[in-house]
Amino acid sequence: MLRHGAVVIVGAGQAGLQTAVSLRSAGFERSVVLIGAEPGLPYEHPPLSKALLAGTAQPKDVALRPESYFDSHEVELLAGERVVAVERDMRRVLLESGAAVRYEHLVLATGAVNRRLECPGCELDGVLSLRTLAQALELRERLLDAERVAIVGAGFIGLEVAAVARAMGKQVDVFELAELPMGRVVSEPTARFFARAHRREGVHLHFNSGVRRIVGDGGRARAVETSDGDTVLADVVLVAIGIVPDDELAAVAGLPVAGGVRVDQRLLTPDPAISAIGDCARFPSPFADRPVILESVQNACDQGRAVAARVSGDDRAYTAVPWFWSDQGQLRLQIAGLTVGAQDAVVIGDPEQGRFSALCFAGGRLLGVESVGRPGDHVAARKLLARRASLSPEQARRADFDLKAYARAA
Amino acid sequence: MPKVIYQSPDGARTEIDAPVGATVRNLALANGVDGIVGECGGELMCASCHVYVDEQFLERLPPVQEEEDEMLESTACERLSNSRLSCQIKMTDELDGLLVRLPEEQL
Ligand SMILES: Cc1cc2nc3c(=O)[nH]c(=O)nc-3n(C[C@H](O)[C@H](O)[C@H](O)COP(=O)(O)OP(=O)(O)OC[C@H]3O[C@@H](n4cnc5c(N)ncnc54)[C@H](O)[C@@H]3O)c2cc1C
Ligand code: FES
Repeated sequence: MLRHGAVVIVGAGQAGLQTAVSLRSAGFERSVVLIGAEPGLPYEHPPLSKALLAGTAQPKDVALRPESYFDSHEVELLAGERVVAVERDMRRVLLESGAAVRYEHLVLATGAVNRRLECPGCELDGVLSLRTLAQALELRERLLDAERVAIVGAGFIGLEVAAVARAMGKQVDVFELAELPMGRVVSEPTARFFARAHRREGVHLHFNSGVRRIVGDGGRARAVETSDGDTVLADVVLVAIGIVPDDELAAVAGLPVAGGVRVDQRLLTPDPAISAIGDCARFPSPFADRPVILESVQNACDQGRAVAARVSGDDRAYTAVPWFWSDQGQLRLQIAGLTVGAQDAVVIGDPEQGRFSALCFAGGRLLGVESVGRPGDHVAARKLLARRASLSPEQARRADFDLKAYARAA
Repeated sequence: MPKVIYQSPDGARTEIDAPVGATVRNLALANGVDGIVGECGGELMCASCHVYVDEQFLERLPPVQEEEDEMLESTACERLSNSRLSCQIKMTDELDGLLVRLPEEQL
């Protein structure tokens, strides 16, 4: 059977679903086909390492739209169908099941896969990864039975899971190659604050420490061996060392990829019939000096909306202000802007009280703000960044500096 | 079961049965009520679940906490004295008949 979609979206995750929803709310009346490799309804990821893992949310709570939405809004959802090729000359995609779907516009929203740990023992039972709902449910099952949990990688997901596991009373060891947690993406004061906070909760953080080998017994993981030669017991090993954008379909179809599908400011590939969005897309951002991939709900949703707007006739560059959050136990980190590459961080508030913001600068320009327990600063920072208002580190260092008041006046 | 009523800017009303404990944001999404976006999943990060609560129900709601108060400063439509973020409104029997008006825009 030959299907046809005025817009065909590959990947029914946060970005793909948003594209379909925004097309319909913009009044787009032509056919929309949403193809997703995972079974079931599109769902949101943030609870997978938070409420769902802790058991306070159930799988039904994470669906982005109920089943009835797809009928009532005429979005054809092909769930459990993987696209295996894009035939650009024919303007169609091929499904694993053998069917083909023709497109007028194609949106690649394939997300990312987790980076694998390459070391002896990484194939043992009990070595897990967390990206999908199915993986989250498996991790939850395993955590319930485990006493000791080893987490490889102190990024957002590693630390969120560490906090949940600790709250469940598990012994938790986190291994990180760098000397600070979340080092790739947050400033030093924020990283140090979270390291202290997790240690206070009893999480064992091992920095400058890689995992050399996972030791098994009868096919099951029992311990990890670190690069320093230590052996730490573990019944569950979670590998959380980042993602690899899923750009394979694009690469095979001859589109430029460079750690993600390369798109322009309008989120278009060089083929004007193909866009790419979300975790799989590398795009030029006004908030970064080179093309970036942003793994966030904000970016997935705003990019989905931007593509839907363009297809519906409202064509503009994508310039949304990035924002992000991470819940680690009782603490919430909120980030506005992109603080990677900050040369200078000015801390306002009081980290000792768990209420502070780190204002991050490079070349005298505000890159972004990381806040804990100061939601007002976060909202103010988003507004400042959206207006491209200037703020210098000298201004921020003044004793009476108030970010909310400054944003109001700007 | 209590009910919640969503009124769109053109005056059209949708009445939904609301299990106790469900949030007004989730109920809207689960029942295909357009006009609430709620893209952060109810995490007080987006303010795209803004509603104007009918005055007679306002006092029955739990008070606005700091995070909601700050987020309400970034709604797309003007914040009024009866503005709330619907992800923070959990249905109770007391709230039966709750009327919320949807703003013109959420983004
Ligand atoms: C555990 C976890 C916690 C997170 N927490 C937060 C948070 O607190 N805050 C935040 O802002 N962000 C968070 N994120 C990041 C955020 O969820 C992602 O950035 C977002 O989901 C990206 O959306 P996406 O649509 O690009 O990718 P996804 O949501 O991953 O969707 C991609 C989909 O495409 C499908 N697919 C891939 N290839 C094919 C193919 N060939 N054919 C058909 N389908 C295909 C995949 O199966 C997948 O379902 C979290 C992510 C994870 C994994
Ligand atoms: S859903 Fe995002 S703040 Fe309510």
